[in-house]
Amino acid sequence: MSNNLELARSVLLTPTGLGENDLQSVLDQLMTHSVDSADLYFQSSRHEGWVLEDGIVKEGSYNIEQGVGVRAISGEKTGFAYSDEIVLPALTQAATAARAIARSGGQGKLQAWSGQPSQSLYIPDDPLGSLPETEKVKLLESLDAEARRQDPRVKQVVVSLSGVHEMVLIAATDGTFTGDVRPLVRLNVSVIAEQNGRREQGGTGIGGRVTYDYFLEDDRGLKLAREAVRQAVVKLEAVDAPAGTMPVVLGPGWPGVLLHEAVGHGLEGDFNRKGSSAFSGRIGEKVASELCTIVDDGTLPNRRGSLNIDDEGIETQNTVLIENGILKGYMQDKMNARLMGVNPTGNGRRESFAHLPMPRMTNTFMLAGNHDPQEIISSVKKGLYAVNFAGGQVDITSGKFVFSASEAYLIEDGKVTRPVKGATLIGNGPESMMQVSMVGNNLQLDEGVGTCGKEGQSVPVGVGQPTLKINNMTVGGTAS
Amino acid sequence: MDMPVVFSDREDQSRLESVIERVLEEARKQGASSAEADAHMDAGLSVTSRMGDVETIEHTRDKSMGVTVYFGQCKGSASTSDFSDNAVIDTVKAACSIARHTTEDPFSGLADAELMAKNIPDLDLSHPWSLSAERAIEITKECEAAALNTDKRITNSEGATIDSHQGIRGYGNSHGFIASYPASRHSLSCSVIASEGDKMQSNYWYTVARKHEDLEALTSVGRKAAERALGRLGASPIATTQMPVIFSADMATGLISHFLRAINGNSLYRDSSFLKDTLGESIFPEFIRIDERPHLIGGLGSTPFDNEGVATTARDYIIDGVLQSYVLNSYSARKLNLQTTGNAGGVHNLFITHSDLTQNDLFKKIGNGLFVTELMGQGINIVTGDYSRGAAGFLIENGEITRPVEEITIAGNLRDMFKKIVTISNDIETRGNIFTGSILVDSMMVAGQ
Repeated sequence: MSNNLELARSVLLTPTGLGENDLQSVLDQLMTHSVDSADLYFQSSRHEGWVLEDGIVKEGSYNIEQGVGVRAISGEKTGFAYSDEIVLPALTQAATAARAIARSGGQGKLQAWSGQPSQSLYIPDDPLGSLPETEKVKLLESLDAEARRQDPRVKQVVVSLSGVHEMVLIAATDGTFTGDVRPLVRLNVSVIAEQNGRREQGGTGIGGRVTYDYFLEDDRGLKLAREAVRQAVVKLEAVDAPAGTMPVVLGPGWPGVLLHEAVGHGLEGDFNRKGSSAFSGRIGEKVASELCTIVDDGTLPNRRGSLNIDDEGIETQNTVLIENGILKGYMQDKMNARLMGVNPTGNGRRESFAHLPMPRMTNTFMLAGNHDPQEIISSVKKGLYAVNFAGGQVDITSGKFVFSASEAYLIEDGKVTRPVKGATLIGNGPESMMQVSMVGNNLQLDEGVGTCGKEGQSVPVGVGQPTLKINNMTVGGTAS
Repeated sequence: MDMPVVFSDREDQSRLESVIERVLEEARKQGASSAEADAHMDAGLSVTSRMGDVETIEHTRDKSMGVTVYFGQCKGSASTSDFSDNAVIDTVKAACSIARHTTEDPFSGLADAELMAKNIPDLDLSHPWSLSAERAIEITKECEAAALNTDKRITNSEGATIDSHQGIRGYGNSHGFIASYPASRHSLSCSVIASEGDKMQSNYWYTVARKHEDLEALTSVGRKAAERALGRLGASPIATTQMPVIFSADMATGLISHFLRAINGNSLYRDSSFLKDTLGESIFPEFIRIDERPHLIGGLGSTPFDNEGVATTARDYIIDGVLQSYVLNSYSARKLNLQTTGNAGGVHNLFITHSDLTQNDLFKKIGNGLFVTELMGQGINIVTGDYSRGAAGFLIENGEITRPVEEITIAGNLRDMFKKIVTISNDIETRGNIFTGSILVDSMMVAGQ
C-alpha cells in the first residue's frame, strides 16, 4: 500500500516539484480561517476505449486528465475549488477560493501525517499497457466472430473495450496522507437479432479492477459474446409483459440493483443527516423482512466497486446496513460521520478531482438465505421471474423506486414459461423489503459493469443478491 | 470573496482557436491525411444554501481539447485538459498511434468541405454574469425561504442552488475551417420536502437562461417547488387500467426526445431503431409539425455550426405527421447514403405544433384519465419502441384534478403512442432544447394496485 502512495507521488507530485512541505503549507493556509478540516485530492487518470462495429475496429480513443481539488469544511459548510494544473500557484489560488467559506481568524490545527492504511485489494498495474494494441483489436474481432457464429439471426454486433488507470493522492488536515493506484477495465457486447422483421437487442458486459488478461482467461470474452446473443434471441420470442401487482422472483446477481435502489441510496449518510430519506432516524427499527441481511462491502478483491481507500483516504470496510431485517447503520463519508457523531465507513467517493466527495455505495448485496432457488420459483402460482435489468432509479424521500427488467419470464403454476418483453417494476423501498418472503442459498455478485449516478456524479459500483421472492410488486407491462 | 472568472471573449476565443490550430498543424506534421479538433473553456460558480444558511460554494474552471486524426480511412482520437505544447504533441501522438491499429472504414472522415459554416452568425448566446459568492448566497437563501414560508407542511429542504457558467467552444479541421463562439448559462433551482404524518414528499422547480435577467423570479421558483411538493402529499396508487394520459409539458419533452433518438442516424444505421426506413411515412397525427430552429436568437439549444463545423440550418422533421428527415451527422449520413443534416452532437431548438387549448382544457377534454408530472427509470427500448416507466401525477375525474397518484407505471409502444396523440396544449416548456406543450395520448396501460 505504501507502494501505492509512492507510485501516486511519483506521478502526481514529483514532476511538478511539489513536496510534502508544500502540501502542508497549503493546508496550513486553509486552517488560518475558521475551517474545521480541509483536504487536497490529487488525481491523474488515463483512459482508453476501443469500439468494434460492422466487423471492424473502427474507433479508438485515449484521454488523459489530471488535477487537484481543494476542499475546506466549516461546520456544515463546504468551500471547493479545483485546478487542472498541478502547480503551487494554482493550488494556492484554489485554496484561497475554497477557504472563503469560513470566516478568517480560526485556529484549527494541522495534524501530523498519520499511519498508512494497508489494504491491497487489486494490483496497481496499468491495464492500458497489459495487452499490445494488436491483441486488443484481435480480442474484439474474436468476440464479433463468436457472436455471429452463434446464430444466423444476429445482424449487428458492437463490442467495446475500455480501460482506466487512475492514481490518487490525498492529504488532509486530520493527518491523512495516502494514495491509491486503481485499475478498472470493462468489456461489453451488444447484438441485434432479427427474425421475420422483428428486431431485438441483447447486451451484456464484464469487468473489474484487473487488467485485460482477465477477459482472455477462461474464455470470459467469448462467453460474453454467447450470452449477448442468447439474450437477444430469447427476446425475439417475448410476449407482452403483464400489468398489475403479482409475486416477483428475482434471479441472483445483477438483479441486486433492486437493493441498490430500494435500500442503498436511502442509507447514504448525507440524506440521513438531513432527514430527507425514507430511512431517516430509523436505526434499530425493522425495515425489511427478517430474511434480509444487506451489506456494503468495499473490500472484495478485484471487484469494480471495491477500493483500497475511499476518496478521503479512509480504508474501505464491510458495513452491515440491515441485519435480519433491522436497520443497523448508514454509509458515511468524513463530514457526515462527524456531523452525525459516528465513524466514517470508507464510503466517501467522488467522480473526479473536479467533484466534491459524498457518501456513495461500493459493492452492495444481500447475504444468502436457506431456500433452494427452484423451490422459490415452484412456490409461485402466477408471477414474474426477472433475471436481467437495465437499471433503476429511486426517490429517496418518498422511498419510491423503479427498475427495468430487460429479461423476464412468466411463472405459471410454479414453472418458468414464456419470456416477456421488458417492463418497469415499481415499489416503495421499505415496503418492498418487508415483502421479501424467500431468500435463496445462491448469492451471486454482478459481472462488474455497474455505474451509479448521484447529483450528476458517476462512480463504479457492484451489486449482488441470491434468488429472492417479493410477494407483491407492481409490474408495468401492457397485457391486462 | 472571489468573483468568478469572466472571460474576455475575444482574447480567449483567439487563445482557444490557436490551440486548435496548433493541434491541426501537429497532426499534419505527424503524417495524418486529415484531422479535426475541438476545444472548450468554461468557468463558473455554484452556490447552495440549505435551511437558511450557505452549504457549499464551488468554483469551477474546466478546459479540454480533443483531436481526431485520419490516416486515409483509419481513425484515432485523443483528448486532454492540458493546453501546453508538450501535451498537444503527446495527444496528437496518442491519436495517431490508435489510428495505426484501427481498420479502414470507407465511411469515416470529415464532413464535406462545402458544408462548413461560411459565416458565423451572432446568436446572442453569451451574457456573462459577474455574480459574487455573497450575492449568490443571498439569492439562494431568499429563494429557499420563499419555499419554506409557503406552508408549515414544508418541513425540510434539499436547498436552493444557483449555477452560473460561461465558456467558449471552438472547432477546426483540415479543410481550413476554424471557428469559436462564447456562450453563457445561468440557472436557479430549489428542492424542498413536504411532510404529513410519517410520509414525506420532495419536489423541485428550476429556471434556466442565457441571460440572468431572464431567469424566473427567485421567490416564484421557491414557491413553485413548495407547491409541487405539497401537491404530492397523500399520493397513492390507482387500480390497473387502460386510460388517457396527459404528459405535462416538462415530461412531454421526454416523449419527443425518444422520437429524436429513434430518427438519429446512429440508431438507424445500427438497425437499432423502431423508426428504421420510415422516411415519408406517417409517424404522428396529421396536425403535427416538428421543426428545428438552430439560429433562434439567445436560444438554449442554438448553435451556428455543429460538432463537425457543418452550418446548421432550419429544418422540418415532421410535416402533417409525416417524417421528412432523419437527424444525421456526416458518418451516419454516409452509412445511410444521405447527406448530413448538421446535427453532429444533436438537435438545436425543436418546436412541436400546439393548439390554443390550455392544460386545463385538456383535463376537461378527457374527463377521466391520468395527468403525469413525473417519470422514473430507463424503460424505453428504442429498438422496439416498447415503453414502460414509473410515473407519478394526478388522477383526473370529471375534468378536474381529484388526487395525487404515485407508485404506478405507464406502458405502451412509442410507435402507437405517437399515433395516438390527440392534442397538445399551449403551455410551452421553454427551459431546454425541445419546445412542446402538454401532450394528451389517447390511451395507455396504467399498472397500479
